[in-house]
Amino acid sequence: MPWDLENDRPIYLQLMERIQQDIIKGVYQPGGKIPSVRELALEAAVNPNTMQKALSELERSGLVYSQRTSGRFITEDKKLLSHMKSELAKTHIHDFFTSMRQLGFCDEEILELVTEAIKKETEQ
Amino acid sequence: MNENVILECQSLTKKYGNFYALSNLDLTLEKGQIVGLLGPNGSGKTTLIKLINGLLTPTAGQVMIRQMAPSPATKKIVSYLPERSYINPHMKVQEMLTYFAAFYDDFSLETATGMLRDLEIDPSMRLRALSKGTKEKVQLILVMSRDAQLYILDEPIGGVDPAARDYILRMILKNYNEDATLLISTHLITDIENILDRVLFIQNGQLALNASVDEIRTDRGKSVDSLFREVFKC
Repeated sequence: MPWDLENDRPIYLQLMERIQQDIIKGVYQPGGKIPSVRELALEAAVNPNTMQKALSELERSGLVYSQRTSGRFITEDKKLLSHMKSELAKTHIHDFFTSMRQLGFCDEEILELVTEAIKKETEQ
Repeated sequence: MNENVILECQSLTKKYGNFYALSNLDLTLEKGQIVGLLGPNGSGKTTLIKLINGLLTPTAGQVMIRQMAPSPATKKIVSYLPERSYINPHMKVQEMLTYFAAFYDDFSLETATGMLRDLEIDPSMRLRALSKGTKEKVQLILVMSRDAQLYILDEPIGGVDPAARDYILRMILKNYNEDATLLISTHLITDIENILDRVLFIQNGQLALNASVDEIRTDRGKSVDSLFREVFKC
């Protein structure tokens, strides 16, 4: 299945996010090897150069490292992984607040709605 | 001369009577890229493609492929899918494969046979017995089974259904050599946007835009498809 990509944001950014998600979901283990650029590009149905760029960016952030002959691996640095997780959480929260404010809610109202929603979910 | 350059057009001009199909077009393409050639009907896409393949001669300017003018030598390294079918309808698919294998040194019978199998096309069928979409698939298979340096596909996926389109795009990604360049002309931008490195917009025989897909998305916050609709709004 081609990866689900939005069409108004840079593709390489979305590929980075998807790979980060996959690391968190455990598709790739810390220290584990990730597929080659070619394989990932084929799976995602994207241009290999774009996939290459996404992986180079992940390498720059330290989440992924490459070993000259044997390919690319996920970092084993637990601190870095949990940092990535909290960064992703911040992004989601920011996006959520942006859309809620666009709906016209103030921050207190948003908090109230969230608390209510959590209560309902735990009751079910 | 940069050895990464595969195609270079300098002040390329093609005139039909008083009409400029292409006018003073400058373009350089490097190897290892998938490039979309986009533009409304009659903008000059097919004229450009025919000039690159030596099917038309320029009124002025020049086309160079690896520093060679279009010639039998460039045909060895360019794999071209024309917009119209040129295959003999009385031939069988298998005969076409043998024909291509005899004609082009870089043709892989194995690749072609594998792709026919994946798409469940019977090689013993005569081409005239195939549907329009299946005929298009066969021609694309023939073209993509060559190990060329430059592939030029003129409207390759117009007649095939969306599922086969996905397969064809995957087939392109899988088979093209990393050092090769693909130039794809199409109106189905959304379908191929994700596999492109860059896009060329052609308008009235001139290059209106030459940018990478992610540059367009970063700078303008919109897809190539939306940008196209905006630029070429009727």
